[in-house]
Amino acid sequence: MLLQSTSLSFAYPGQPSLSFPDFSLSGGDAVLLLGKSGSGKTTFLNLLSGLLSPSHGQVILDGTVLSALQGHHLDLFRGQHIGIVFQKPHLIAALTVKQNLELAQFLSKKKGGSPADLLQDLGIAGKASAAVGTLSEGEAQRVSIARALINIPKLILADEPTSSLDDEHAQRVITLLKGEAAKIGAALVIVTHDQRVKSEVSQVLELKSA
Amino acid sequence: MNLLTLSWKYLSFRPLATGLNVILLAFGLAIITVLLLVQHQFEQKMTRDAAGIDLVVGAKGSPLQLILSSVYHIDFPTGNIKMEEAQRISRSRLVKQVIPLAMGDNVQGLRILGTNHDYLDLYAVKFIAGKAWEKPFEVTLGAESAQILGLKLGDTFSGSHGISVGSHDHDQHAFRVTGILAPSGKVVDRLVLTSIESVWYTHDEAGGAEPDTTTQGEEVRIAEEEGTLAEGIDPHLLPVAARGFPISDQEREVTTLLIRYRNPMAAIQLPRMINSGTSMQAASPAFEMARLFELLGVGISLLQGLAIALVVIAGLSIFIALYNSLKERKYDLAILRALGASRFQLVTLVFLEGISLTILGAIFGIAFGHGFLALIVEFTSQEVVSLVDPWVFLPEEGLIFGYALAVGIIASLIPAWSAYQMSIAKQLTKT
Repeated sequence: MLLQSTSLSFAYPGQPSLSFPDFSLSGGDAVLLLGKSGSGKTTFLNLLSGLLSPSHGQVILDGTVLSALQGHHLDLFRGQHIGIVFQKPHLIAALTVKQNLELAQFLSKKKGGSPADLLQDLGIAGKASAAVGTLSEGEAQRVSIARALINIPKLILADEPTSSLDDEHAQRVITLLKGEAAKIGAALVIVTHDQRVKSEVSQVLELKSA
Repeated sequence: MNLLTLSWKYLSFRPLATGLNVILLAFGLAIITVLLLVQHQFEQKMTRDAAGIDLVVGAKGSPLQLILSSVYHIDFPTGNIKMEEAQRISRSRLVKQVIPLAMGDNVQGLRILGTNHDYLDLYAVKFIAGKAWEKPFEVTLGAESAQILGLKLGDTFSGSHGISVGSHDHDQHAFRVTGILAPSGKVVDRLVLTSIESVWYTHDEAGGAEPDTTTQGEEVRIAEEEGTLAEGIDPHLLPVAARGFPISDQEREVTTLLIRYRNPMAAIQLPRMINSGTSMQAASPAFEMARLFELLGVGISLLQGLAIALVVIAGLSIFIALYNSLKERKYDLAILRALGASRFQLVTLVFLEGISLTILGAIFGIAFGHGFLALIVEFTSQEVVSLVDPWVFLPEEGLIFGYALAVGIIASLIPAWSAYQMSIAKQLTKT
């Protein structure tokens, strides 16, 4: 198993503790994370990426226990092995498309794939030196996917990646995510409540409200 | 891609705010640069030009004026003194050396100074062409004078009466260039040096040829009413005095005396002796210049205060700019962390931005300072100002980089701290 979580729980200060079901995922597999709002989907995602550390339990990615890593070791591990796609693209506006990808490479200190090839794969090669502000919503989201993929991660986490896109673009983004994850053998976790996505991924993990 | 590139991209992404901050800081630092240059060069020049001169003796009047006119050649002389009286002082046992000076003419605003060869030794001059004057009407040009007048060895020119441009010309007698000095950075660069006899003879003949056409109250006229020389002797052929006072059978005048003391006792006794016992006055360059700088001190402190205020405002402005842009960019910073950046890298990024801004400010500030000074020197006719060389770079200017760096670091402290302790998960969840 590439990704394993066991008896995870997390409590925000002054709030009841959230518990998460144990689950595991192999490389190349995809899982949908479903649940009502407030059920802790984003919290679960943050625990999986090490942005939050759990009060109990642990996350193991490819043999490494995330909560055992401290400070910049954890940051570096995340940069090298986990790609995150956010709900909004959130690219660095001061940089061009290609520079956004190079920044991800610089910060992870890892010479991953070639930015040009990746942009080619995602069908936005022509935008490589475009300013981020000139991209359409769909293009920007594809660039953010490229940024999550550039370091050839073992785990890809996507938080509502399609919520702001129209049908055509949503379809394309999901296909891309699935295709690219399978290509590099990464585990893919998608948080969503988007019906269009549900039909694309068979494996589902449902979070129950506490 | 690295942090420096990234910080530069962020800065150039907001060119107006960045430009304003850089300019604000640059102006403050430019004023400091100008003050530094002017103060340093004036003091250095003033000290160098007065080296070896313990006391100046001249006609009664303002002591500061006496110093400015006789040592630095920037003010009008206070008048003339009788040579006989001057010679009496030179015989005092307190005096080691006396250099007599005679002034009264100029050529294109450059002063013609009558003196002896001791004056050349005082400033340790070097000749690039020719040698010192030996006969009347032979002159030695200072380096800058030669350049301004465009004269070579053997060329002739005539002087005009008075200390500044615009008086009548002495056409009767042409001076001949027999020596040109190498640049020394001292006051001799801007002088036209000759013998005291030349100055006397010029005015003898001017006085003979025309009635007393006094054009200026301050002007100095030397031995005008003395009449002509003894019949049958051509003054051009007589050698002039190379040391000490010139020899004359008539009652002659000089303008001032530069005196060097024989011993420390002289500093106490000689000025008092001259000021109370003769119709002349004595003034010490060191004392008068200290007094002048004290007077100028108020203005300098005022400008320094203004410069410091500007630098502080620039610091505040940079702080606000960093802080605001950080608020806008919290999401960016969180993304950087999610991409693998450590807290330390974010802090470095913030500091790099602050420091790049201030280093730019320092570079522009020093450039503005020198440029501004060059403009002043270029467009002013005041001789005092033209003493300053705007393209001298002082080691103290390194201090300006120090100030700028300090401003950058202080302005970045709080923004860097808030970047350090930011919670990424909270920031990313907040949409």
